Amino acid sequence: MKVLRVILACWWLNLKNLSRSAFFLLTAVMAPVLLSTIAFYMFQAGGRPGTLLYAALGSAVYGIWSSTLFGSGGAIQWQRWGGTLELLVASPAPFVFAVAGFTLATATLGIYSLVATLAWGTLLFDVPLDLAHPALFVAAIPVTVLSLGLLGLVLASTFVLYRNANALSNMLEYAVLLATGMLVPLSLLPGWVTPIAWVLAPTWGIRAIRDAALGGDPVFAIAMALALAGVYLALGAALIANLERLARQRGTLSLA
Amino acid sequence: MNTFRVLTIGGLLAYRALFNWIHPAIYIPSVLGFPMFQILFFAYLGRFSGLRDDAFFVTGNAIQAAGMAGIYASVFTIGNDRFYGTLGPLLASPASRAALFTGRALPIVANGLFVSAFGFVVGWAFLDFEPPLGSLLPLALVILVSAFATTAFGMLLGSIGLRTKDILLISNLAYFLMWLFCGVNVPLDTLPGWMQIVGEGLPVTHAVAAARELIDGAALGSVWRLVAAEAGIGAGYLIAAFALFRVFEREARRHATLETT
Repeated sequence: MKVLRVILACWWLNLKNLSRSAFFLLTAVMAPVLLSTIAFYMFQAGGRPGTLLYAALGSAVYGIWSSTLFGSGGAIQWQRWGGTLELLVASPAPFVFAVAGFTLATATLGIYSLVATLAWGTLLFDVPLDLAHPALFVAAIPVTVLSLGLLGLVLASTFVLYRNANALSNMLEYAVLLATGMLVPLSLLPGWVTPIAWVLAPTWGIRAIRDAALGGDPVFAIAMALALAGVYLALGAALIANLERLARQRGTLSLA
Repeated sequence: MNTFRVLTIGGLLAYRALFNWIHPAIYIPSVLGFPMFQILFFAYLGRFSGLRDDAFFVTGNAIQAAGMAGIYASVFTIGNDRFYGTLGPLLASPASRAALFTGRALPIVANGLFVSAFGFVVGWAFLDFEPPLGSLLPLALVILVSAFATTAFGMLLGSIGLRTKDILLISNLAYFLMWLFCGVNVPLDTLPGWMQIVGEGLPVTHAVAAARELIDGAALGSVWRLVAAEAGIGAGYLIAAFALFRVFEREARRHATLETT
Protein backbone atom coordinates (compact mmCIF):
# COMPACT_ATOMS: atom_id res chain seq x y z
CA MET A 1 0.00 0.00 0.00
CA LYS A 2 2.85 2.34 0.91
CA VAL A 3 4.59 1.46 -2.35
CA LEU A 4 1.51 2.39 -4.31
CA ARG A 5 1.27 5.67 -2.42
CA VAL A 6 4.89 6.57 -3.28
CA ILE A 7 4.38 5.74 -6.95
CA LEU A 8 1.12 7.70 -7.12
CA ALA A 9 2.56 10.72 -5.31
CA CYS A 10 5.60 10.89 -7.62
CA TRP A 11 3.43 10.23 -10.67
CA TRP A 12 1.07 13.05 -9.75
CA LEU A 13 3.90 15.45 -8.87
CA ASN A 14 5.72 14.88 -12.16
CA LEU A 15 2.48 14.97 -14.14
CA LYS A 16 1.67 18.42 -12.72
CA ASN A 17 5.26 19.53 -13.21
CA LEU A 18 5.45 18.46 -16.87
CA SER A 19 1.94 19.75 -17.59
CA ARG A 20 3.23 23.25 -16.89
CA SER A 21 5.89 22.95 -19.58
CA ALA A 22 4.56 24.40 -22.84
CA PHE A 23 7.59 22.95 -24.62
CA PHE A 24 6.93 19.42 -23.39
CA LEU A 25 3.20 19.52 -24.07
CA LEU A 26 3.44 21.10 -27.51
CA THR A 27 6.21 18.73 -28.56
CA ALA A 28 4.20 15.76 -27.28
CA VAL A 29 1.26 16.84 -29.44
CA MET A 30 3.08 18.35 -32.40
CA ALA A 31 5.44 15.51 -33.32
CA PRO A 32 2.83 12.70 -33.56
CA VAL A 33 0.29 14.95 -35.27
CA LEU A 34 2.83 15.91 -37.94
CA LEU A 35 3.99 12.33 -38.34
CA SER A 36 0.41 11.16 -38.76
CA THR A 37 -0.19 13.92 -41.35
CA ILE A 38 2.82 12.79 -43.37
CA ALA A 39 1.66 9.18 -43.09
CA PHE A 40 -1.89 10.11 -44.16
CA TYR A 41 -0.60 11.89 -47.26
CA MET A 42 1.79 9.04 -48.04
CA PHE A 43 -0.93 6.40 -47.73
CA GLN A 44 -3.40 8.49 -49.75
CA ALA A 45 -0.89 9.23 -52.52
CA GLY A 46 0.31 5.62 -52.45
CA GLY A 47 -3.22 4.29 -52.91
CA ARG A 48 -3.68 2.87 -49.40
CA PRO A 49 -6.38 5.14 -47.96
CA GLY A 50 -7.85 2.24 -45.94
CA THR A 51 -4.84 2.36 -43.67
CA LEU A 52 -5.50 5.84 -42.27
CA LEU A 53 -6.73 4.63 -38.87
CA TYR A 54 -3.75 2.27 -38.83
CA ALA A 55 -1.48 5.30 -39.32
CA ALA A 56 -3.33 7.39 -36.75
CA LEU A 57 -2.99 4.72 -34.06
CA GLY A 58 0.67 4.14 -34.86
CA SER A 59 1.43 7.86 -34.65
CA ALA A 60 -0.47 8.09 -31.37
CA VAL A 61 1.61 5.33 -29.76
CA TYR A 62 4.71 7.03 -31.19
CA GLY A 63 3.63 10.10 -29.20
CA ILE A 64 3.52 8.05 -25.99
CA TRP A 65 6.93 6.57 -26.82
CA SER A 66 8.42 9.97 -27.62
CA SER A 67 7.19 11.46 -24.33
CA THR A 68 8.48 8.46 -22.40
CA LEU A 69 11.89 8.61 -24.04
CA PHE A 70 12.34 12.33 -23.50
CA GLY A 71 11.04 12.14 -19.94
CA SER A 72 13.14 9.10 -19.05
CA GLY A 73 16.31 10.84 -20.13
CA GLY A 74 15.51 13.56 -17.63
CA ALA A 75 13.72 11.61 -14.88
CA ILE A 76 16.76 11.35 -12.61
CA GLN A 77 18.79 14.18 -14.12
CA TRP A 78 16.08 16.77 -13.42
CA GLN A 79 15.99 15.69 -9.76
CA ARG A 80 19.77 16.05 -9.68
CA TRP A 81 19.60 19.56 -11.14
CA GLY A 82 16.76 20.48 -8.77
CA GLY A 83 18.70 19.32 -5.73
CA THR A 84 16.03 16.77 -4.72
CA LEU A 85 17.88 13.61 -5.78
CA GLU A 86 19.76 13.20 -2.50
CA LEU A 87 16.55 13.65 -0.49
CA LEU A 88 14.75 11.02 -2.57
CA VAL A 89 17.59 8.52 -2.20
CA ALA A 90 17.96 9.18 1.53
CA SER A 91 14.24 8.81 2.26
CA PRO A 92 13.03 5.45 3.65
CA ALA A 93 10.84 4.77 0.59
CA PRO A 94 12.68 2.70 -2.05
CA PHE A 95 14.04 5.05 -4.71
CA VAL A 96 12.94 2.79 -7.56
CA PHE A 97 9.27 3.51 -6.84
CA ALA A 98 9.86 7.24 -6.96
CA VAL A 99 11.57 6.94 -10.36
CA ALA A 100 8.80 4.61 -11.57
CA GLY A 101 6.26 7.29 -10.66
CA PHE A 102 8.24 9.90 -12.61
CA THR A 103 8.58 7.80 -15.76
CA LEU A 104 4.95 6.67 -15.62
CA ALA A 105 3.98 10.35 -15.57
CA THR A 106 5.90 11.03 -18.78
CA ALA A 107 4.20 8.07 -20.45
CA THR A 108 0.83 9.30 -19.19
CA LEU A 109 1.41 12.63 -20.89
CA GLY A 110 1.54 10.67 -24.12
CA ILE A 111 -2.25 10.38 -23.81
CA TYR A 112 -2.34 13.97 -25.06
CA SER A 113 -0.66 12.63 -28.22
CA LEU A 114 -3.22 9.87 -28.55
CA VAL A 115 -6.21 12.20 -28.22
CA ALA A 116 -4.66 14.90 -30.43
CA THR A 117 -3.68 12.47 -33.20
CA LEU A 118 -7.05 10.73 -33.31
CA ALA A 119 -8.92 14.04 -33.21
CA TRP A 120 -6.69 15.48 -35.96
CA GLY A 121 -7.20 12.44 -38.18
CA THR A 122 -10.95 12.37 -37.63
CA LEU A 123 -11.52 16.09 -38.16
CA LEU A 124 -9.14 16.77 -41.05
CA PHE A 125 -8.75 13.46 -42.85
CA ASP A 126 -12.11 11.79 -42.12
CA VAL A 127 -10.39 8.88 -40.45
CA PRO A 128 -13.24 6.62 -39.29
CA LEU A 129 -13.04 5.90 -35.57
CA ASP A 130 -15.07 2.70 -35.61
CA LEU A 131 -13.63 0.52 -32.89
CA ALA A 132 -13.96 -3.26 -33.20
CA HIS A 133 -13.62 -3.88 -29.45
CA PRO A 134 -14.27 -0.58 -27.61
CA ALA A 135 -13.87 -2.05 -24.10
CA LEU A 136 -10.58 -3.72 -24.96
CA PHE A 137 -9.43 -0.52 -26.70
CA VAL A 138 -10.04 1.39 -23.46
CA ALA A 139 -8.18 -1.33 -21.52
CA ALA A 140 -5.27 -1.40 -23.97
CA ILE A 141 -4.44 2.30 -23.49
CA PRO A 142 -3.53 2.24 -19.75
CA VAL A 143 -1.72 -1.07 -20.23
CA THR A 144 0.35 0.51 -23.01
CA VAL A 145 1.06 3.55 -20.87
CA LEU A 146 2.06 1.32 -17.95
CA SER A 147 4.40 -0.86 -20.01
CA LEU A 148 6.02 2.12 -21.74
CA GLY A 149 6.33 3.96 -18.44
CA LEU A 150 8.16 1.02 -16.91
CA LEU A 151 10.34 0.71 -19.99
CA GLY A 152 11.12 4.34 -19.20
CA LEU A 153 12.21 3.22 -15.72
CA VAL A 154 14.79 0.89 -17.29
CA LEU A 155 15.93 3.63 -19.66
CA ALA A 156 16.14 6.20 -16.85
CA SER A 157 18.28 3.91 -14.70
CA THR A 158 20.57 3.26 -17.69
CA PHE A 159 20.69 6.81 -18.99
CA VAL A 160 21.75 8.20 -15.65
CA LEU A 161 25.11 6.45 -16.01
CA TYR A 162 25.58 8.01 -19.43
CA ARG A 163 26.29 11.73 -19.40
CA ASN A 164 25.08 12.22 -22.93
CA ALA A 165 21.78 10.43 -22.52
CA ASN A 166 19.86 13.08 -24.45
CA ALA A 167 21.99 12.42 -27.52
CA LEU A 168 21.30 8.71 -27.22
CA SER A 169 17.58 9.27 -26.82
CA ASN A 170 17.58 11.32 -30.05
CA MET A 171 18.86 8.28 -31.89
CA LEU A 172 16.55 5.79 -30.19
CA GLU A 173 13.39 7.70 -31.09
CA TYR A 174 13.20 6.62 -34.73
CA ALA A 175 15.04 3.35 -34.22
CA VAL A 176 12.29 2.11 -31.89
CA LEU A 177 9.54 3.69 -34.00
CA LEU A 178 10.78 1.57 -36.90
CA ALA A 179 11.64 -1.62 -35.03
CA THR A 180 8.38 -2.01 -33.09
CA GLY A 181 5.95 -1.86 -35.98
CA MET A 182 4.20 1.30 -34.89
CA LEU A 183 3.75 2.41 -38.49
CA VAL A 184 5.65 -0.13 -40.57
CA PRO A 185 4.62 -3.81 -40.23
CA LEU A 186 7.36 -5.98 -38.75
CA SER A 187 6.97 -8.38 -41.67
CA LEU A 188 8.56 -5.76 -43.96
CA LEU A 189 11.68 -5.49 -41.81
CA PRO A 190 14.64 -7.90 -41.81
CA GLY A 191 13.97 -11.05 -39.74
CA TRP A 192 16.57 -10.24 -37.07
CA VAL A 193 14.53 -7.20 -36.02
CA THR A 194 11.58 -9.32 -34.80
CA PRO A 195 13.21 -10.75 -31.62
CA ILE A 196 14.32 -7.22 -30.69
CA ALA A 197 10.76 -6.00 -31.20
CA TRP A 198 9.38 -8.70 -28.89
CA VAL A 199 11.22 -7.32 -25.85
CA LEU A 200 10.12 -3.74 -26.50
CA ALA A 201 6.83 -2.62 -24.95
CA PRO A 202 5.68 -0.42 -27.88
CA THR A 203 5.44 -3.56 -30.05
CA TRP A 204 2.77 -5.06 -27.80
CA GLY A 205 1.18 -1.71 -26.98
CA ILE A 206 0.51 -0.85 -30.61
CA ARG A 207 -0.57 -4.42 -31.34
CA ALA A 208 -3.06 -4.34 -28.45
CA ILE A 209 -4.46 -0.93 -29.43
CA ARG A 210 -4.57 -1.75 -33.13
CA ASP A 211 -6.18 -5.18 -32.68
CA ALA A 212 -8.76 -3.64 -30.35
CA ALA A 213 -9.51 -0.87 -32.86
CA LEU A 214 -9.29 -2.66 -36.20
CA GLY A 215 -10.29 -6.18 -35.18
CA GLY A 216 -8.19 -9.08 -34.02
CA ASP A 217 -7.28 -10.56 -30.68
CA PRO A 218 -5.83 -7.86 -28.46
CA VAL A 219 -5.91 -10.00 -25.29
CA PHE A 220 -2.61 -11.73 -26.00
CA ALA A 221 -0.88 -8.42 -26.76
CA ILE A 222 -2.32 -6.88 -23.57
CA ALA A 223 -1.03 -9.86 -21.58
CA MET A 224 2.40 -9.55 -23.18
CA ALA A 225 2.53 -5.81 -22.43
CA LEU A 226 1.65 -6.53 -18.78
CA ALA A 227 4.24 -9.31 -18.56
CA LEU A 228 6.91 -7.03 -20.03
CA ALA A 229 5.91 -4.32 -17.56
CA GLY A 230 6.68 -6.78 -14.74
CA VAL A 231 10.04 -7.65 -16.28
CA TYR A 232 10.90 -3.97 -16.71
CA LEU A 233 10.00 -3.26 -13.08
CA ALA A 234 12.27 -6.06 -11.85
CA LEU A 235 15.09 -5.00 -14.18
CA GLY A 236 14.66 -1.33 -13.29
CA ALA A 237 14.73 -2.16 -9.57
CA ALA A 238 17.99 -4.09 -9.98
CA LEU A 239 19.57 -1.30 -12.04
CA ILE A 240 18.47 1.43 -9.64
CA ALA A 241 19.76 -0.59 -6.65
CA ASN A 242 23.10 -0.91 -8.41
CA LEU A 243 23.11 2.80 -9.20
CA GLU A 244 22.39 3.66 -5.56
CA ARG A 245 25.13 1.31 -4.35
CA LEU A 246 27.74 2.76 -6.73
CA ALA A 247 26.74 6.34 -5.95
CA ARG A 248 27.01 5.73 -2.19
CA GLN A 249 30.37 3.94 -2.51
CA ARG A 250 31.91 6.58 -4.76
CA GLY A 251 30.07 9.61 -3.45
CA THR A 252 28.97 10.51 -6.98
CA LEU A 253 25.20 10.81 -6.60
CA SER A 254 25.14 14.47 -7.54
CA LEU A 255 28.09 14.38 -9.90
CA ALA A 256 27.48 11.93 -12.74
CA MET B 1 42.83 40.83 -41.62
CA ASN B 2 41.08 41.22 -38.28
CA THR B 3 37.74 40.58 -39.95
CA PHE B 4 39.16 37.41 -41.51
CA ARG B 5 40.40 36.28 -38.09
CA VAL B 6 36.98 36.88 -36.53
CA LEU B 7 35.37 35.01 -39.39
CA THR B 8 37.59 31.93 -39.28
CA ILE B 9 38.85 31.55 -35.70
CA GLY B 10 35.68 32.95 -34.14
CA GLY B 11 33.56 30.66 -36.30
CA LEU B 12 35.62 27.58 -35.46
CA LEU B 13 35.58 28.34 -31.74
CA ALA B 14 31.80 28.80 -31.81
CA TYR B 15 31.45 25.50 -33.65
CA ARG B 16 33.69 23.65 -31.21
CA ALA B 17 31.59 24.96 -28.34
CA LEU B 18 28.39 23.92 -30.04
CA PHE B 19 26.80 21.10 -28.02
CA ASN B 20 30.32 19.69 -27.57
CA TRP B 21 29.60 18.20 -30.98
CA ILE B 22 33.22 17.45 -31.53
CA HIS B 23 32.81 14.78 -28.86
CA PRO B 24 31.86 11.55 -30.67
CA ALA B 25 29.52 10.45 -27.85
CA ILE B 26 27.23 13.37 -28.73
CA TYR B 27 27.98 13.85 -32.40
CA ILE B 28 27.42 10.27 -33.54
CA PRO B 29 23.99 9.58 -31.99
CA SER B 30 22.59 13.10 -32.49
CA VAL B 31 23.98 14.23 -35.79
CA LEU B 32 24.47 10.90 -37.59
CA GLY B 33 22.30 8.37 -35.72
CA PHE B 34 19.08 10.35 -35.84
CA PRO B 35 19.11 11.00 -39.61
CA MET B 36 20.18 7.40 -40.26
CA PHE B 37 17.10 6.00 -38.58
CA GLN B 38 14.96 8.77 -40.08
CA ILE B 39 16.04 7.68 -43.57
CA LEU B 40 15.46 3.98 -42.82
CA PHE B 41 12.08 4.66 -41.24
CA PHE B 42 10.70 6.73 -44.10
CA ALA B 43 12.10 4.38 -46.74
CA TYR B 44 10.30 1.43 -45.11
CA LEU B 45 7.15 3.51 -44.61
CA GLY B 46 7.43 4.38 -48.31
CA ARG B 47 7.64 0.69 -49.21
CA PHE B 48 4.56 -0.04 -47.06
CA SER B 49 2.56 2.85 -48.50
CA GLY B 50 3.54 1.91 -52.04
CA LEU B 51 4.20 5.58 -52.78
CA ARG B 52 7.68 5.61 -54.33
CA ASP B 53 10.92 3.65 -54.39
CA ASP B 54 13.74 3.88 -51.83
CA ALA B 55 15.69 6.42 -53.90
CA PHE B 56 12.86 8.94 -53.47
CA PHE B 57 13.02 8.74 -49.68
CA VAL B 58 16.79 8.45 -49.38
CA THR B 59 17.25 11.58 -51.49
CA GLY B 60 14.59 13.60 -49.67
CA ASN B 61 15.65 12.67 -46.17
CA ALA B 62 19.41 12.82 -46.79
CA ILE B 63 19.10 16.37 -48.14
CA GLN B 64 16.80 17.31 -45.28
CA ALA B 65 19.29 15.84 -42.79
CA ALA B 66 21.54 18.75 -43.72
CA GLY B 67 18.58 20.89 -42.74
CA MET B 68 18.55 19.37 -39.28
CA ALA B 69 22.23 20.12 -38.85
CA GLY B 70 21.78 23.60 -40.28
CA ILE B 71 18.75 24.65 -38.28
CA TYR B 72 19.65 23.31 -34.85
CA ALA B 73 23.34 24.19 -35.10
CA SER B 74 22.54 27.76 -36.16
CA VAL B 75 19.90 28.23 -33.49
CA PHE B 76 22.16 26.89 -30.78
CA THR B 77 25.21 28.77 -32.01
CA ILE B 78 23.43 32.05 -31.41
CA GLY B 79 21.43 30.73 -28.44
CA ASN B 80 24.45 29.31 -26.63
CA ASP B 81 26.24 32.66 -26.72
CA ARG B 82 23.23 34.13 -24.99
CA PHE B 83 22.72 31.23 -22.57
CA TYR B 84 26.34 31.09 -21.43
CA GLY B 85 26.62 34.86 -21.11
CA THR B 86 29.13 35.44 -23.91
CA LEU B 87 26.73 37.31 -26.17
CA GLY B 88 27.04 40.56 -24.22
CA PRO B 89 30.85 40.79 -24.44
CA LEU B 90 30.68 39.66 -28.06
CA LEU B 91 28.29 42.45 -29.00
CA ALA B 92 30.27 44.96 -26.96
CA SER B 93 33.33 44.17 -29.09
CA PRO B 94 34.04 46.16 -32.24
CA ALA B 95 34.19 42.96 -34.36
CA SER B 96 32.47 43.09 -37.71
CA ARG B 97 28.97 41.67 -37.30
CA ALA B 98 29.04 40.28 -40.83
CA ALA B 99 32.26 38.39 -40.03
CA LEU B 100 30.82 37.11 -36.73
CA PHE B 101 27.70 35.94 -38.46
CA THR B 102 29.38 34.37 -41.49
CA GLY B 103 32.10 32.77 -39.38
CA ARG B 104 29.48 30.95 -37.36
CA ALA B 105 27.65 29.81 -40.49
CA LEU B 106 30.57 28.33 -42.46
CA PRO B 107 31.39 25.31 -40.25
CA ILE B 108 27.67 24.56 -40.04
CA VAL B 109 27.40 24.48 -43.83
CA ALA B 110 30.39 22.11 -43.98
CA ASN B 111 28.80 19.94 -41.31
CA GLY B 112 25.51 19.87 -43.24
CA LEU B 113 27.36 18.70 -46.34
CA PHE B 114 28.96 15.86 -44.35
CA VAL B 115 25.70 14.80 -42.65
CA SER B 116 23.86 14.74 -45.95
CA ALA B 117 26.61 12.73 -47.62
CA PHE B 118 26.44 10.28 -44.71
CA GLY B 119 22.69 9.97 -45.29
CA PHE B 120 23.25 9.01 -48.93
CA VAL B 121 25.84 6.43 -47.84
CA VAL B 122 23.28 4.96 -45.40
CA GLY B 123 20.80 4.67 -48.28
CA TRP B 124 23.39 3.00 -50.49
CA ALA B 125 24.51 0.59 -47.75
CA PHE B 126 21.14 -0.47 -46.31
CA LEU B 127 18.51 0.25 -48.97
CA ASP B 128 17.93 -0.10 -52.70
CA PHE B 129 19.72 3.06 -53.66
CA GLU B 130 22.33 3.12 -56.41
CA PRO B 131 22.95 6.64 -57.72
CA PRO B 132 24.76 6.84 -61.05
CA LEU B 133 28.44 7.65 -60.53
CA GLY B 134 28.18 10.64 -62.84
CA SER B 135 25.56 12.21 -60.58
CA LEU B 136 27.77 12.34 -57.48
CA LEU B 137 29.63 15.58 -58.15
CA PRO B 138 26.56 17.56 -59.22
CA LEU B 139 24.77 16.03 -56.24
CA ALA B 140 27.50 17.33 -53.93
CA LEU B 141 26.96 20.81 -55.32
CA VAL B 142 23.21 20.58 -54.71
CA ILE B 143 23.81 19.40 -51.14
CA LEU B 144 26.21 22.27 -50.55
CA VAL B 145 23.70 24.82 -51.78
CA SER B 146 20.98 23.22 -49.67
CA ALA B 147 23.21 23.19 -46.58
CA PHE B 148 23.83 26.90 -47.14
CA ALA B 149 20.10 27.61 -47.50
CA THR B 150 19.10 25.67 -44.38
CA THR B 151 21.91 27.23 -42.36
CA ALA B 152 20.67 30.66 -43.42
CA PHE B 153 17.14 29.64 -42.41
CA GLY B 154 18.53 28.44 -39.07
CA MET B 155 20.34 31.76 -38.63
CA LEU B 156 17.01 33.53 -39.11
CA LEU B 157 15.44 31.36 -36.40
CA GLY B 158 18.51 31.93 -34.21
CA SER B 159 18.08 35.69 -34.61
CA ILE B 160 14.43 35.36 -33.59
CA GLY B 161 15.77 33.47 -30.58
CA LEU B 162 17.24 36.77 -29.35
CA ARG B 163 13.69 37.84 -28.59
CA THR B 164 11.95 34.65 -27.48
CA LYS B 165 12.50 31.97 -24.87
CA ASP B 166 10.79 29.24 -26.89
CA ILE B 167 13.20 29.12 -29.80
CA LEU B 168 13.76 25.37 -29.41
CA LEU B 169 10.04 24.81 -29.80
CA ILE B 170 10.02 27.01 -32.91
CA SER B 171 13.04 25.13 -34.30
CA ASN B 172 11.36 21.77 -33.72
CA LEU B 173 8.23 23.02 -35.44
CA ALA B 174 10.21 24.38 -38.40
CA TYR B 175 12.16 21.14 -38.76
CA PHE B 176 9.10 18.89 -38.59
CA LEU B 177 7.15 21.12 -40.99
CA MET B 178 9.96 20.83 -43.54
CA TRP B 179 9.29 17.09 -43.66
CA LEU B 180 5.78 17.85 -44.78
CA PHE B 181 6.04 21.01 -46.87
CA CYS B 182 9.30 20.45 -48.75
CA GLY B 183 8.44 17.33 -50.70
CA VAL B 184 10.82 15.26 -48.58
CA ASN B 185 8.47 12.33 -48.07
CA VAL B 186 5.33 13.34 -49.94
CA PRO B 187 5.49 14.52 -53.57
CA LEU B 188 4.80 18.24 -53.59
CA ASP B 189 2.14 17.97 -56.31
CA THR B 190 -0.01 15.69 -54.13
CA LEU B 191 -0.22 18.30 -51.35
CA PRO B 192 -2.93 21.00 -51.18
CA GLY B 193 -2.11 24.19 -53.15
CA TRP B 194 -1.39 26.36 -50.11
CA MET B 195 1.11 23.83 -48.81
CA GLN B 196 2.89 23.80 -52.16
CA ILE B 197 3.17 27.60 -52.03
CA VAL B 198 4.66 27.49 -48.51
CA GLY B 199 7.04 24.72 -49.61
CA GLU B 200 8.27 26.79 -52.57
CA GLY B 201 9.48 29.45 -50.14
CA LEU B 202 11.36 27.08 -47.83
CA PRO B 203 14.89 25.77 -48.15
CA VAL B 204 15.34 22.09 -49.12
CA THR B 205 12.33 21.98 -51.51
CA HIS B 206 14.21 22.93 -54.68
CA ALA B 207 17.35 21.04 -53.68
CA VAL B 208 15.39 17.83 -53.17
CA ALA B 209 13.72 18.25 -56.56
CA ALA B 210 17.09 18.91 -58.25
CA ALA B 211 18.77 15.96 -56.51
CA ARG B 212 16.00 13.59 -57.55
CA GLU B 213 16.35 14.68 -61.18
CA LEU B 214 20.13 14.23 -61.03
CA ILE B 215 19.76 10.73 -59.61
CA ASP B 216 17.28 9.96 -62.39
CA GLY B 217 20.07 10.79 -64.86
CA ALA B 218 19.53 14.48 -65.61
CA ALA B 219 22.54 16.73 -66.24
CA LEU B 220 23.43 19.58 -63.92
CA GLY B 221 22.62 22.04 -66.70
CA SER B 222 19.01 20.92 -66.77
CA VAL B 223 18.45 21.53 -63.06
CA TRP B 224 20.28 24.83 -62.72
CA ARG B 225 17.04 26.75 -62.24
CA LEU B 226 16.20 24.64 -59.19
CA VAL B 227 19.72 25.05 -57.78
CA ALA B 228 19.60 28.80 -58.40
CA ALA B 229 16.20 28.99 -56.68
CA GLU B 230 17.57 27.17 -53.64
CA ALA B 231 20.61 29.48 -53.52
CA GLY B 232 18.37 32.53 -53.92
CA ILE B 233 16.11 31.40 -51.08
CA GLY B 234 19.16 30.83 -48.90
CA ALA B 235 20.53 34.28 -49.72
CA GLY B 236 17.15 35.81 -48.89
CA TYR B 237 17.04 34.11 -45.50
CA LEU B 238 20.64 35.09 -44.76
CA ILE B 239 19.96 38.76 -45.48
CA ALA B 240 16.78 38.63 -43.39
CA ALA B 241 18.63 36.88 -40.56
CA PHE B 242 21.44 39.42 -40.52
CA ALA B 243 19.03 42.37 -40.69
CA LEU B 244 16.92 40.94 -37.87
CA PHE B 245 20.02 40.26 -35.79
CA ARG B 246 21.09 43.90 -36.14
CA VAL B 247 17.60 45.18 -35.34
CA PHE B 248 17.35 43.03 -32.21
CA GLU B 249 20.88 43.98 -31.19
CA ARG B 250 19.98 47.67 -31.40
CA GLU B 251 16.71 47.09 -29.54
CA ALA B 252 18.50 45.12 -26.84
CA ARG B 253 21.04 47.93 -26.35
CA ARG B 254 18.31 50.56 -26.24
CA HIS B 255 16.11 48.73 -23.72
CA ALA B 256 18.87 46.79 -21.89
CA THR B 257 17.06 43.53 -22.64
CA LEU B 258 19.83 41.43 -24.18
CA GLU B 259 19.68 38.77 -21.48
CA THR B 260 16.24 39.33 -20.06
CA THR B 261 13.76 38.54 -22.84
